[in-house]
Amino acid sequence: MTEPLRSIAVILLVLFGLLTVAALLVWLERRLLGRWQERYGPNRLGPFGLFQTVADTIKLLTKEDWVPPFADKPVFVIAPAVIMVTVLMAFAIVPFAPGLQVVDLNIGVLFFLGMSSLGVYSVVLAGWSSDNKYALIGSLRAAAQMLAYEVFMGLSLMGVVILAGSFSLVRIVDAQRGLWFCVPQILGLIVFANAGLAETRRLPFDLPEAESEIVAGYHSEYSGMKFGMFFIGEYLGVTLISAMVVTLFFGGWRGPWLPPVVWFALKTFVLVCGFILLRATLPRPRFDQLMAYGWTVMLPLALVNLVVTGAIVLARG
Amino acid sequence: MTFYTAAVIAIVATALAISRKNAVHALLYLLVSLLAVALIFFVVGAPFVAALEVIVYAGAIMVLFVFVMMLLNLGPHSIEQERGWLTPRTWIGPLVLTVVLIGELLYAVGSRGPATTGPLVDSRQVGIDLFGPYALGVEIASMLLLSGLIGAYHLGRRRPGRS
Repeated sequence: MTEPLRSIAVILLVLFGLLTVAALLVWLERRLLGRWQERYGPNRLGPFGLFQTVADTIKLLTKEDWVPPFADKPVFVIAPAVIMVTVLMAFAIVPFAPGLQVVDLNIGVLFFLGMSSLGVYSVVLAGWSSDNKYALIGSLRAAAQMLAYEVFMGLSLMGVVILAGSFSLVRIVDAQRGLWFCVPQILGLIVFANAGLAETRRLPFDLPEAESEIVAGYHSEYSGMKFGMFFIGEYLGVTLISAMVVTLFFGGWRGPWLPPVVWFALKTFVLVCGFILLRATLPRPRFDQLMAYGWTVMLPLALVNLVVTGAIVLARG
Repeated sequence: MTFYTAAVIAIVATALAISRKNAVHALLYLLVSLLAVALIFFVVGAPFVAALEVIVYAGAIMVLFVFVMMLLNLGPHSIEQERGWLTPRTWIGPLVLTVVLIGELLYAVGSRGPATTGPLVDSRQVGIDLFGPYALGVEIASMLLLSGLIGAYHLGRRRPGRS
């Protein structure tokens, strides 16, 4: 196969693979939450209720696609597309297996950070264009939360970059041949996991859409497939953060006996289940607690990690 | 080809950012312009600067602008206000200055010749340059940021006795 054809094939494979995974995740989350809460979850449609997502999608697609008359129409329509585009773009740099990657950028980590920081616009613009006080409060919270946690998300990754000596994700996976970075970079891993949770706005950090206080937050006014895009975007975000944790801290596709893609999928699956378990266990903090936790615990941890890692690498020469 | 496409998008988006009357729409056009400039940096061989442009300018500073605008809650009355400001007479001064600048720019570009590609400057090279020949600039910038930080702390400080 020629080079451009191969790239297009990889892109299509990643795109459709991810959309299928995101749809399945909706089902998985509802089933697991059900299990952990002593109930069944969706189990009627197809084997184990697997086709529930198909039914939900049909429902979303056939619903009335309503744009409120008081909304800022162009911005209202663009906002849900932004989250899909930025999250899917970020997947372009993830190495799923040797050779199975859309593009190996030499600024891979920075590209991921850039895309996740652009993802903020989706939430902010959705809330602003809805012209609804609950939506506005939700997106104000989202902007503050995501800006704050972005800072140490970037800082927590610099330890990995120092150890690998490169921003390229392929080089980072190569550098974990002997020892996975989750051991020397345990602090970085903790900070990154927390920041990733806040970036995807999942429980316990789902204050932008806290349904018990502000209706549905930034997507209060959305219906039909526009809401569906926020929904799928969230699950894609969970997959992205899990895939990045695997790539940066758990050796990427490395592992014995099984093929690399299987290892990558397995590790990512375990982390995604961890995300869902967190949602089932933890309560939601107050907003000032969230901010204090970020700036007074996570930021110092990230800085200490950065300084110590740098000092050790420098001392070793 | 990518260079010229990105350049045209950047110019058009910037023009729209200046002329829009709705503040958030203007900001979104400015965002498009910043992304196009990042693409230009990438094409001419400075991927690190391109990434920083997206993370710092588009991803952080512009979000702060939108944040402030949402707090101020600018409504239709501010569009009316903008309309009052943007009369044809206000354009005369900026227009003169812009023409002078464009003249200088054309002269500078014309004497150098067009350069749409350059040698690749990777992140390692940027780091070596920053802490080598440009160390003084880095130090001055850090002092400037420190003074800004102290100023913000002073303004945001809670004084005892005044809630």
